[in-house]
Amino acid sequence: MSVAQPPINSPDIPRLKPVLAPGHTYESVTEQISGAVLNRPTTLGWFAGFAVAFTLLGMMTVAIGWLVIKGVGIWGINIPIGWGFAIVNFVWWIGIGHAGTLISAILFLLNQKWRTSINRFAEAMTLFAVACAGIFPLIHTGRPWMAYYMFPYPSTMGLWPQFRSPLIWDVFAVSTYGTVSLLFWFVGLIPDLATLRDRAAISWKQKVFGLLALGWRGSARHWHRYQSAYLLLAGLATPLVLSVHTVVSFDFSIAIVPGWHTTIFPPYFVAGAIYSGFAMVLTIAIPLRKYYHFEDFITMRHLENMAKVMLATGLIVAYGYFFEFFMALYSGQKFDVFLVQQRLHGPYSGFYYALILCNILTPQLLWLRSMRTNVTVLFLMSIVVNVGMWLERFVIVVISLTRDFMPSAWGRYSPTVWDWATLIGTIGLFTTLIFLFVRVLPAISIAEMRELVDHNAHQEEHH
Amino acid sequence: MDPRSRIYGVMGEFETAKQLIRAAEKTREAGYRKMDAYAPFPVEGLSEALGLRRSWVPLLTLLGGLGGGLTGFGFQYWVNVFSYPMNIGGRPLNSWPAFIPVTFELTILGASTFAVFGMLALNKLPHPYHPVFSVERFARASTDRFFICIEASDPKFNVTESARFLQSLDAQHVTEVRDDEAPLEHGHA
Repeated sequence: MSVAQPPINSPDIPRLKPVLAPGHTYESVTEQISGAVLNRPTTLGWFAGFAVAFTLLGMMTVAIGWLVIKGVGIWGINIPIGWGFAIVNFVWWIGIGHAGTLISAILFLLNQKWRTSINRFAEAMTLFAVACAGIFPLIHTGRPWMAYYMFPYPSTMGLWPQFRSPLIWDVFAVSTYGTVSLLFWFVGLIPDLATLRDRAAISWKQKVFGLLALGWRGSARHWHRYQSAYLLLAGLATPLVLSVHTVVSFDFSIAIVPGWHTTIFPPYFVAGAIYSGFAMVLTIAIPLRKYYHFEDFITMRHLENMAKVMLATGLIVAYGYFFEFFMALYSGQKFDVFLVQQRLHGPYSGFYYALILCNILTPQLLWLRSMRTNVTVLFLMSIVVNVGMWLERFVIVVISLTRDFMPSAWGRYSPTVWDWATLIGTIGLFTTLIFLFVRVLPAISIAEMRELVDHNAHQEEHH
Repeated sequence: MDPRSRIYGVMGEFETAKQLIRAAEKTREAGYRKMDAYAPFPVEGLSEALGLRRSWVPLLTLLGGLGGGLTGFGFQYWVNVFSYPMNIGGRPLNSWPAFIPVTFELTILGASTFAVFGMLALNKLPHPYHPVFSVERFARASTDRFFICIEASDPKFNVTESARFLQSLDAQHVTEVRDDEAPLEHGHA
């Protein structure tokens, strides 16, 4: 090793691929990203993908429509398993959203330049995942048209929500999360909407983007306040994103049910959320960069970094699984020990082993650089982790509820076709929204990419 | 020329962020105060070159956060202690630890909404029309060009002299900016 070693993030180290392919100018990044919205014709492939997604969305509409007519009896839920798919899916979706906020807020505060080309669509993913998540508690109430009962409003009954309940904390956490994510996303979009307004050749597009851009003109005075607000939002979104899955984990850990009542739940839920979220970002990023030819912007460096974050958070999750078992056995608490046995040998043990395979064993392949830089492997891995994280929530909800304290309260749970239709339907809703998003809005932040071009130019000067 | 239109200022175009900063510094040194710079991305050092003061956004954000948090806690306190007190096994009505999550979320909500809407309000946005948009080349301000506009409201402003000054800073395409919507002022045209 030489004595004068360049810093670890130096472009002199050839093995580190750049976050932006060389040779780009303000004009070229603007042209390529805005061109994907303004000039690129809507391809047959887009229509085909959209059609599949929209069909699944239609299935969700039917499933929810039938639910409204018949009630929650069409689902597999029963007593004692009152939560079932609705809560499993809710926790899964809300967790997926977390990576978007992590990328846009936490990596921003840490000044990670590689966040720039992935933050926009990751934030969009957050919004759409929160939208999918929000559906489940709503329809799980059985009477979704009464869902406003969860909000404090001056009712003629003189009643208020139970503020000591984690389920009400959830209402506030998720609605705040949705609102702040939307604000963050929109603030980031304003300069790009102005770019689209100025580059659109067709009058109605100019008008629509012009309205949405709010008259942004790139004034230095505006940028001054804009940067201040953006930094503050990042600072606020960071504790927020940690709090949201913490509050979701309180839904479980505040209860005395065996397997739920543990203090490790908040950190392990947050790590799991980021884990599944990064998996979903990869699931979206890999086709996006291929079909929209964004390989210059979403480089192998990004994919590799995301794979590393997945590996790291996956290990935190593995630590959580280990300590769930350890604490149960170490406590000697009869019901907790029994639950461990049920996970390993009970009727749902297959789910548990599948979970270990998906979430802990398979991702260890990511230690190898050859795996981290293989796009196909990463794409498949991201799907495996998403399935694994869904299984985790299934194991938590179903095994604990089917094996309560007394054998007389034990039960079995199997989802019906309507449960599956709703779950797959929300995947349709999510995909539909992603398809519309990449068609009508810039999937990568153009203003921030120009900043990156400027930053790179400065770095070259100093060399 | 539309006789109703009035001069808003003169504008010069620059190719790089560095030139823009230098020009902004020079313009301030020359004594101009009513001016603005335009850039396709936030340029580091531009605020200082223009002598911008610290923004009010952080203070507004603090107020929003305090307001949200106090509202959140105060409301839960009022509900549980005054509006609908429930004695559950003699436990305290003001069970404050249970009120923390909602208080926290509303703090974040208040601070974030104040940060965003405060920023927009201080920037006087939405503002769909602005005289600078009447300059044809200004469309590139959102892609790859940088602009400085010396405004007519500056006491030192003089169309020919200010334009010549911008040219002396190597600005390209120095143009008058006309404000077509402003009402005609007496004795000005």
